[in-house]
Amino acid sequence: MSTVVLLTLTGLGLAALYFLIASGLSLVFGLAGVLNFAHGLFLSVGAYVTWWAAPHLGLPLAVVSGVAAAAATGALTELVLIRPLYTRHTEQVLVTVGLSLAGVALLQSVWGADARVFPRPEWASHVTGVLGAQVPDDRFLLIGAAVLVLVALLAFLRFTRYGLVIRAGVENRAMVRALGIDVRTAFTLVFAIGGALAGLAGILGGMYFTSVSPGQGVSLLIFAFIVVVIGGLGSVTGSAVAAAGVGLLQQFVNYYGAAGAGDVSVVALLAVVLLLRPAGIAGKAVAA
Amino acid sequence: MSREPVLRVAGLSVRLGGSHILQGVTFDVAPAGVTALLGRNGAGKTTTLRAILGELPATGSVAYDGREILGRPTHRLVRDGLAYVPEDRGVFAGLTVAENLRLAERVPDPDYALVHELFPELATRAGQRAGTLSGGQQQMVAIARVLLNPNRLLLVDEPTKGLAPAVVTAVATVLARVAGRVPVLLVEQNLAVVRRLATDAVVVEAGRVAWRGAAGELLDDGEATRSLLGVGRH
Amino acid sequence: MTRFVPLALLVAAAALPWSTLDVPGLFDGPLNSPGTLQLLAVCLVFGALALGYDLLFGRAGLLSFGHALYIAAGAYGVDILISHYGWALWPAAAVTVLAAAGLAALLGSVALRTSGIAFSMVTLAFAEVGHILVNRDPGGLTGGEEGLPMRTAGLPDALVGVTNTVNLYWLALATLVVVTLVVHAVDRAPLGRTLTGLRDDERRVAVVGLSPYKIKLLAVVLAAALAALGGVVHALVVGGASPHVASSDLTLALIVMAVLGGAGTRWGALAGGILYAYLDQRLARLGGRLPGPLGEPLFVLGTLFVLAVYFVPGGLAGLRARLRPARDATAREPHPEAA
Repeated sequence: MSTVVLLTLTGLGLAALYFLIASGLSLVFGLAGVLNFAHGLFLSVGAYVTWWAAPHLGLPLAVVSGVAAAAATGALTELVLIRPLYTRHTEQVLVTVGLSLAGVALLQSVWGADARVFPRPEWASHVTGVLGAQVPDDRFLLIGAAVLVLVALLAFLRFTRYGLVIRAGVENRAMVRALGIDVRTAFTLVFAIGGALAGLAGILGGMYFTSVSPGQGVSLLIFAFIVVVIGGLGSVTGSAVAAAGVGLLQQFVNYYGAAGAGDVSVVALLAVVLLLRPAGIAGKAVAA
Repeated sequence: MSREPVLRVAGLSVRLGGSHILQGVTFDVAPAGVTALLGRNGAGKTTTLRAILGELPATGSVAYDGREILGRPTHRLVRDGLAYVPEDRGVFAGLTVAENLRLAERVPDPDYALVHELFPELATRAGQRAGTLSGGQQQMVAIARVLLNPNRLLLVDEPTKGLAPAVVTAVATVLARVAGRVPVLLVEQNLAVVRRLATDAVVVEAGRVAWRGAAGELLDDGEATRSLLGVGRH
Repeated sequence: MTRFVPLALLVAAAALPWSTLDVPGLFDGPLNSPGTLQLLAVCLVFGALALGYDLLFGRAGLLSFGHALYIAAGAYGVDILISHYGWALWPAAAVTVLAAAGLAALLGSVALRTSGIAFSMVTLAFAEVGHILVNRDPGGLTGGEEGLPMRTAGLPDALVGVTNTVNLYWLALATLVVVTLVVHAVDRAPLGRTLTGLRDDERRVAVVGLSPYKIKLLAVVLAAALAALGGVVHALVVGGASPHVASSDLTLALIVMAVLGGAGTRWGALAGGILYAYLDQRLARLGGRLPGPLGEPLFVLGTLFVLAVYFVPGGLAGLRARLRPARDATAREPHPEAA
């Protein structure tokens, strides 16, 4: 029993990271039609800025700067690189690929290729007893942050004007424009939100793995892509559900099966979903 | 009141995927009443509207209130009072009726009084998802979204398509009222509706203007209606 | 005239190992030194890999992010059969390429149920499984993160030893020729026209009565076989297989090569692959001497790539096409002396 509890909470902790990355990717794709390979770079920017700022500013302010830097990177990416390639989606993907390669290499040249020890709050290293299981508190940090983000994101989409524009834009960009709304502002906004969430994922991932390295974003990104496809492009709730499913499956199979079997089973799940509803994947879901 | 046209389209051409969809379309939209844009399926009516709105790359000239607008972004044109009700209605299925309307608000005091007077049903269905509405109700949402704001020209694409006869009459009545306030460029297949609403008519055929003149004159000429539109009284 | 340029280049490339020319700056040693020949062999292999990938990307318009899987299948497949099971090179290579094609048929049939960006994501996910497996070292087969060095005892003598680097160079050149002949044959065949037709407008081909799904699957399988062939030769040239050949970075690099050279053109991807591989290796060697981020090959290549997407659409091939009219125009200028 205690093993199941620990695996469940660890799986959900991992799911929290996937969700933070996938929800931003999903919104960016759903609204702007851009498959953003640079999303992993946003994650690394958030982590590295926090790591660099923590000794100077203290951890809480460093986290804020990390998230802000990642959000700014996202917004700049949209404004400078994506926007001029309006409607040329393949070129947009290619540019994010180039940015991802160059950006990670830039981080590497500044801070080196080796992993750095990442700071975490004191209490995250403690453990709490849950139903007989000794659960490290960093799991709760991850899960709590993701739940807060999920609630905030849904409220934003539901109750604000920009949320309305984003939900409508995911459904039909051209029609939003035809109502007199400059939908590109919303593009910049979702890139900034996606950047901020990815940056937060990078920071939380750094605290969870207690280290940060330039390429860390890329490996998490691939599972986030799977979550996006399973959850439905453009759907935040879908991302949350799919992230939980993928995180739990991965943890349980990795524990009870052979090493690496969990990762393989996630991709098998993707294949099954594709075979069962191929049209549902290519089509866009409604946001929120 | 000046008789200067509100919209002057001259030599409008659109190429898509290597083929000419429009080849120099030229016509005016009168500053009052309904100008009907007619033609067979695939003649280029919807393409003409979308090119005017800047949704498709086009060459030629489109003057709106005397100013060239070709190449300007769609959302700017709409903010300048060029309102658009698209062919498929463009209602956001996942949003509620109220949200569809709220999204369309462009001015501090949107005219909900007019909308609720014309479409009392929308007030009672405010919280319903637009995707669950009937075709006629969706058309009402699409027209209502446009009427919330002050406009100087309405582009309306096949508003009665696929609707039941009673609903067609209701939509035509609303358009007749609207046309009393704002000029309308109307794409319409239902000739009874055209006869009721339109003062002027423009017929496009294979991407070119084939006929221009008074709508009544066209509709009274059975031979012309048959040869230009492929329909008519037998 | 220009039709003979590729042939002339091929003859020059084949004869290159007899040249003792020293090109300071471009290469560290004379052209026929083992170091230079190995660098050039890697360049030729990447030319072949990029052109094979362009069958999918440039020709069929399928933005696969999982091509590295089949390159890794080739490299690891041949390496495992030779080093662990003591197979001879040629049967090992043949079985590996066929197995990779079979794998592509299986995975492609699933991935092609999606289209556009979803296809990219799915192929990426499949390839990631390969990357994970290779890193986990199942049953001690792949050597994990260290990679699996090729056991030279299983290789023909002509491919072993520093003095025989020249044979590896010729092998790489031969592979490039084979891949080029296959891809250009596809270009000329009805299959090639159908593929580009699919890329431009799927409905048009569906109307003609061909199943777009089957045609795309055929392209995926063929491209995978070429990738595996390239992977086999890559393993021979660098003396083994390492997890890098299974990583998504390699697929991303192939995309960069194809776009830099000119995706969908006859020679673009090939030229892009050779240029990229050369710069990647040279910059890595010069790395320590260049300031700041310029020491990171991927920073330079990634930036070049982004600039190319904006300013040189069509890549090297596009650049050539754009320069040609200008040149022709100058050629037609009447000479005052002649007049």
